[in-house]
Amino acid sequence: MSIVELQQVSRHFTKGRQTVEVLNGIDLNIEEGDFLALMGPSGSGKTTLLNLIGGLDQPTSGSVEVAGRQLVGLSSRKLAQWRSRNIGFIFQFYNLLPILSARRNVELPLLLTRLGGRQRRRNADVALTIVGLADRASHKPGELSGGQQQRVAIARAIVADPRILVCDEPTGDLDRETADEILDLLELLNREHGKTIIMVTHDPKAASHARHTLYLDKGNLVREAA
Amino acid sequence: MKSFPLIWSNLFRRRVRTFLTLFSIIAAFLLFGLLRSIAGAFEMGVNVAGVDRLMVSPKYSMVDGLPISHLAQIEAVEGVAEATHMTWFGGTYQNPTNFFPKFPVQPRVYFDLYSEYIIDPLQLDAFERIRTAAVAPADLAEQYGWRIGDRIPIEGDIWLRGDGSDLWEFELVGTYTVRDDESTFASFLFNYEYFDEARIPETQGIVSNFVVRVTDPDQAGEISARIDAQFENSINPTRTATEEEANRQFAAQVGDIGLIMNSILSAVFFTILLLTANTMTQALRERIPELAVLKTLGFTDRRVALLVLLESVLLCGLGGALGIAMSGFALQALGPELEGFLGQIEMTAATTLSGVGIALLLGVVVGLNPALSARRLQVVEALRK
Repeated sequence: MSIVELQQVSRHFTKGRQTVEVLNGIDLNIEEGDFLALMGPSGSGKTTLLNLIGGLDQPTSGSVEVAGRQLVGLSSRKLAQWRSRNIGFIFQFYNLLPILSARRNVELPLLLTRLGGRQRRRNADVALTIVGLADRASHKPGELSGGQQQRVAIARAIVADPRILVCDEPTGDLDRETADEILDLLELLNREHGKTIIMVTHDPKAASHARHTLYLDKGNLVREAA
Repeated sequence: MKSFPLIWSNLFRRRVRTFLTLFSIIAAFLLFGLLRSIAGAFEMGVNVAGVDRLMVSPKYSMVDGLPISHLAQIEAVEGVAEATHMTWFGGTYQNPTNFFPKFPVQPRVYFDLYSEYIIDPLQLDAFERIRTAAVAPADLAEQYGWRIGDRIPIEGDIWLRGDGSDLWEFELVGTYTVRDDESTFASFLFNYEYFDEARIPETQGIVSNFVVRVTDPDQAGEISARIDAQFENSINPTRTATEEEANRQFAAQVGDIGLIMNSILSAVFFTILLLTANTMTQALRERIPELAVLKTLGFTDRRVALLVLLESVLLCGLGGALGIAMSGFALQALGPELEGFLGQIEMTAATTLSGVGIALLLGVVVGLNPALSARRLQVVEALRK
C-alpha cells in the first residue's frame, strides 16, 4: 500500500523575473514500510522533494498525497497539525534546541498532544532508550557528541510515533563509524518498528542501507536502483 | 502551561543580557512604585483636608509672610468662628535627612482648630504654660526616641535668634495622635510666644499663614472673599481658600507633581520599551532556525508567535512584579523618613495593579513585532539559515 503518492509534481521558485524549475512533473509512489534513499547532485531537488513529502512546502502544481491525506491546498495550520501526527524529521545538523536537555528536546513534539507531563517524560525516556541514550537524558546538546546529538534528534522524531521519518542528510555531519551507527539505527526503526523512511543523502554507502534508491537530476527522477 | 519550561529556558538563554534587561525593568518599576506612591501621598493630603477650615496665605508668594496684626481683623470677619496662625520654621534636627515640618503655634487655639489632633489635656496645659515647650506627633517621637522632658535642639535656617544664634532648643512636654489618621501633615509644634520673642526683632510679628474655622462650611466661598477684601488695598494682600484648595496651590507652587512624575515615568518607560524591544528582536533573530524547527515538528504559526509573545510578557511581568515589590519594601523602609514631609505614603492596590498592568502591556507591545515575525516565518527558508 502506498503511503506516499506524488503525481505530476512540479515546484518552481521565482527570483526576481527569473523562474527556477526545481522539480518537473515528478510521479512517485512509496510503499508503507519502505526505506528509500534519494540521491543526486546538489541542486537536483532532493530536499525540495523531501519538503513536499514532509508537508513543509507546497508544489506549484500536481498532487501530493501522504499518509492518506491530500496535502495540496491545506492551510499552514492544518499542515502543521498533520506533520505533528505523521512525520518525524531528522536533519543533517540535528537542529536540537541548545537550551533544553535531551529529554526536553525529545519531549517537544509531545507538547502538541494531550499527554500529561509525567507521561510525556516517560515516552521521551522510552524514545531515548530505543536510541541508546537513556543515560544522557539530562544532558544538553552541547554536552553530547555529534552522533549522540543525532540520536537525540532521532528520538525526537520517533517519540510521537509517526508513520514516516523524513531524513535530510542524517549522516552528513558525522564520521564514518558514527554514520554507520546512525544508519543501523534507522534500519532498526524501519525493520523492527515499521517506520517508512525517506532519506536524502550524497553518500552511496549511506544509501546502501536503504531498500531502494532513487536518483534525481535537474528536477527529474532519472532511474531507480534496487 | 505545557510550554512554560520552553519559554523559561529561552528567556535565560543569554543570561547576562536577560539579567541586564530584567534589572532595567525592575529599576523602572521600582521608580514607578515610589513616584506613584509619593504622588498619591500629595493627592491624599489634598483629599483629606478639612472643608470647614480656610487657609489665609500671602497673595503672591508663600515666602512673603503676613503681619500677625491681620489676625484680629480676620477674627472680626462675619462667619469666622476661630482663627490662629502658623509659621513655617524649616530648621534641621541633627542632620538634613531628619526632615519633618515644624511650626510655632498658639497651643490652645491651634488644638481647638485641629480637633482631629488628640492630646492629653495636662500636656496641652504644659504646652501653653511653658515658654520653650513643644509637642510632637507620637510616631515622630517614637521614631527619634524622644521622651517627655527631653530637650530637642533644632538648627534654624530661616529664623535666627535675636542673639545671633541659630540654635533653638525646645522641651518636649507632650505627644499627640491624629484621629483616624485623617491628616497627613502632623507636625512638630512649639510655642509661638517664645519663638516670636526670641527671634531677630526685625522679623518679629511675621507669620506664614492664618488658619480659620468658619461657622458654616457652605459659606466658605463668601467668607474667603470677605477676608481677602479686608486686605485688598494693604501692602500685605491675602489669598484665602479652603484648606484643600490651599494645599493644592502649595502643591502647584512646588510644581505639578503628577505631571512631573508622569513625565519622568513616561521617559523611563519609553527607554525601557526600546531596550526590551531590542533584546527581544535580537533574541528572535538568534533563534530563527529553532523556531523553524518547532514549526517543522508541528507547532502552528500561532503557537510559535504565542511562545515569543509570552516570553516577552514573562520578562516584563517578572521585572514589573519584582520592581513593584521592591518599591513596596523600599516604602516600608523609607516611609517613616518621608512621612514627616509627605504624610502617609503607602503602596496602594491601585498603584500595584496599574504597575502590573503596565508591565504586562509593555510585554505585549515589546513582544508583538517579534511574535508577528515568528508567525510569518517560512519554515523552508528559515531552515536554510
